[in-house]
Amino acid sequence: MADVAVVGFAQAPNVRATHGTTNGVEMLVPIFQEVLAGTGLSTSDIGFWCSGSSDYLAGRAFSFIAAVDAIGAFPPINESHVEMDAAWALYEAWVKIRTGEVDTALVYGFGKSSAGDLRRTLALQLDPYTTAPLWPDSVSIAGLQARLGLDSGAWTEEDMAAVAARSLASAGPGAQRSGKVEVADLLAEPYVADPLRKHDCAPITDGAAVVVLAGADRARELHERPAWITGLEHRLESGSLGARDLLRSPSTTAAARAAGTDGVELAELHAPFTHQEIVLRRAIGLGDDVEINPSGGPLCGNPMFAAGLARIGEAASRVMSGAAERVLAHATSGPALQQNLVCVMEGRS
Amino acid sequence: MLPQNREHVSLQFVTGLSEPLSAPLEVGFDYTRSLGPVHSRFATELSRRRIVGVRGSDGRVHVPPIEYDPDTAAPLDEFVPVGSQGTVVSWSWMPEPLEGQPLQHPFAWALVLLDGADTPVLHAVDVGSPEDIRTGMRVQVRWAEQRGGGIRDIACFEPATGTPAAPDEAEPEPVTMITAPVHLHYQHSASPEESRYLRGLAEGRLLGQRCPQCGKVYIPPRGACPTDGVPTEEEVELPDTGTVTTFCIVNVPFLGQRITPPYVSAYVLLDGADIAFLHLVLGCDAADVRMGMRVRAQWKPREEWGYTLQNIDHFRPTGEPDAPFESYAQHL
Ligand SMILES: [Zn+2]
Repeated sequence: MADVAVVGFAQAPNVRATHGTTNGVEMLVPIFQEVLAGTGLSTSDIGFWCSGSSDYLAGRAFSFIAAVDAIGAFPPINESHVEMDAAWALYEAWVKIRTGEVDTALVYGFGKSSAGDLRRTLALQLDPYTTAPLWPDSVSIAGLQARLGLDSGAWTEEDMAAVAARSLASAGPGAQRSGKVEVADLLAEPYVADPLRKHDCAPITDGAAVVVLAGADRARELHERPAWITGLEHRLESGSLGARDLLRSPSTTAAARAAGTDGVELAELHAPFTHQEIVLRRAIGLGDDVEINPSGGPLCGNPMFAAGLARIGEAASRVMSGAAERVLAHATSGPALQQNLVCVMEGRS
Repeated sequence: MLPQNREHVSLQFVTGLSEPLSAPLEVGFDYTRSLGPVHSRFATELSRRRIVGVRGSDGRVHVPPIEYDPDTAAPLDEFVPVGSQGTVVSWSWMPEPLEGQPLQHPFAWALVLLDGADTPVLHAVDVGSPEDIRTGMRVQVRWAEQRGGGIRDIACFEPATGTPAAPDEAEPEPVTMITAPVHLHYQHSASPEESRYLRGLAEGRLLGQRCPQCGKVYIPPRGACPTDGVPTEEEVELPDTGTVTTFCIVNVPFLGQRITPPYVSAYVLLDGADIAFLHLVLGCDAADVRMGMRVRAQWKPREEWGYTLQNIDHFRPTGEPDAPFESYAQHL
């Protein structure tokens, strides 16, 4: 089976609201041009296109079809879509290259969360018989998970604030939130949904991201230091919230074990809430020497359906630039870390 | 006949600095869900103020009951009655309730472990402030007045006061279906290109744009040419005459229909455009409409115009000779 590497990454600025349409074209056209220019590829060179987005976010059926316009899809292209974070679209593209069907793939995700009410929209990913009819919103559910950890002593509010402070301090250009803040100052802020404060919750973000994958031979032509994928796994937990162990993330642990995480120097974790980063670090078994979210992570900008893919792109960028040898990226989907994907990448000389 | 005042161009329009148009978009549907044996049993028991869980492969009693075991995926069917009182396992505060939630004043969300259950149920607890709830607190069900609606038969939980309310003794009608309304609210934005087109329509003008790469004229204009993936740019004002490229005769009545069948829905290719759009062809017998027929827009009275293609009520035949097939063969 063919080795696969990341050879390109670009993302739109993370912002609270754009003027653009929910089909993402305005965010996608510039980043397609950026990533194609960076790799020297033209659209006709891409063997497979795969995207992640959601009709519920867009408020219209088949909304991803309009985004295909941004590709320039004539002559006809080989294309697919997942109604999930585009990290799972990357998984599909990775399989496509592994099987030898294509040797390049472009993966993109986009979401205009500002068009609707994200907290309510996300209630619709809950069990439709016994949970979604109550419209429990995403922040409240995260709050229930956070309190379980606080009550049990698994983490403290200080631990949670420290995650936020570190994230904000490392946020790069293009982030929605950034800055130097003291943990004590964060803890002096009021609750927005006790036990969560504003800094505990990822902001609502419009954005898009794109990653280019290539098989072994093409990857070496396209980049002098590709980020080779050595493990890519995802696992899922029960749709019944009460049946899950919310203090740990068994699906992340299983995915990480299968992917093989020994020796990673940095990890980009898709944790939309501060306590979830703590859950993920423990579930993967990341030591204190592993740098977490050098990009700032989702707490500094969380474009739905693109933020998980952006974690893979951000981690890969550190390999491609030569700043790191072996890295881990994680993506999540569903309420309270229900489904988790782990991608491990490395540089090779 | 083209509408008057075609010369009128607002300053905003010329500079191109105007904001894209946007409008509220309401998306809603009342989903009816058939429940199947497990959820039906749960809902039926709720309708008579009883709660049942289901025993999992590992012996745990799941409330609400689940159809398949989360670990072994075995189908589950051993129902176990549980209490209507329980203990708060975790909670979070909802200071500003959202549409559709169980209470419309501030409340706590909680995971409640009912007496006799091994997994907690998510629901609302009606307490006045975050100071009035804590992990470990005893709570009880407050039943809804109207029941038969599944989980919403539990209106919410409240602090436990002693003896729980007695269940109804009468044998209930089985609950096999619930209605779950989903209503979402969006602010839908048109693209900059679509906004110019829509503003043009409000002035009785048909504004397309040309792709800088392939030269095709799109109406409505596009944020990205589907062939080349680049935004259309050069504005092209099109006449309100065109050619029917293809059509169908609507004979079937349906909910919300505004015209009595039979009538014709047709793709109209405006003169100078490279893409046809769907509109009505009226003003002749439906049986006389044909591919290649020349048509012209019938505009509504000016005072009825808005930012919409509905400003054109329909297209009607011009009486000109049919356009040759080659003139629209590439646009079918
Ligand atoms: Zn074009």
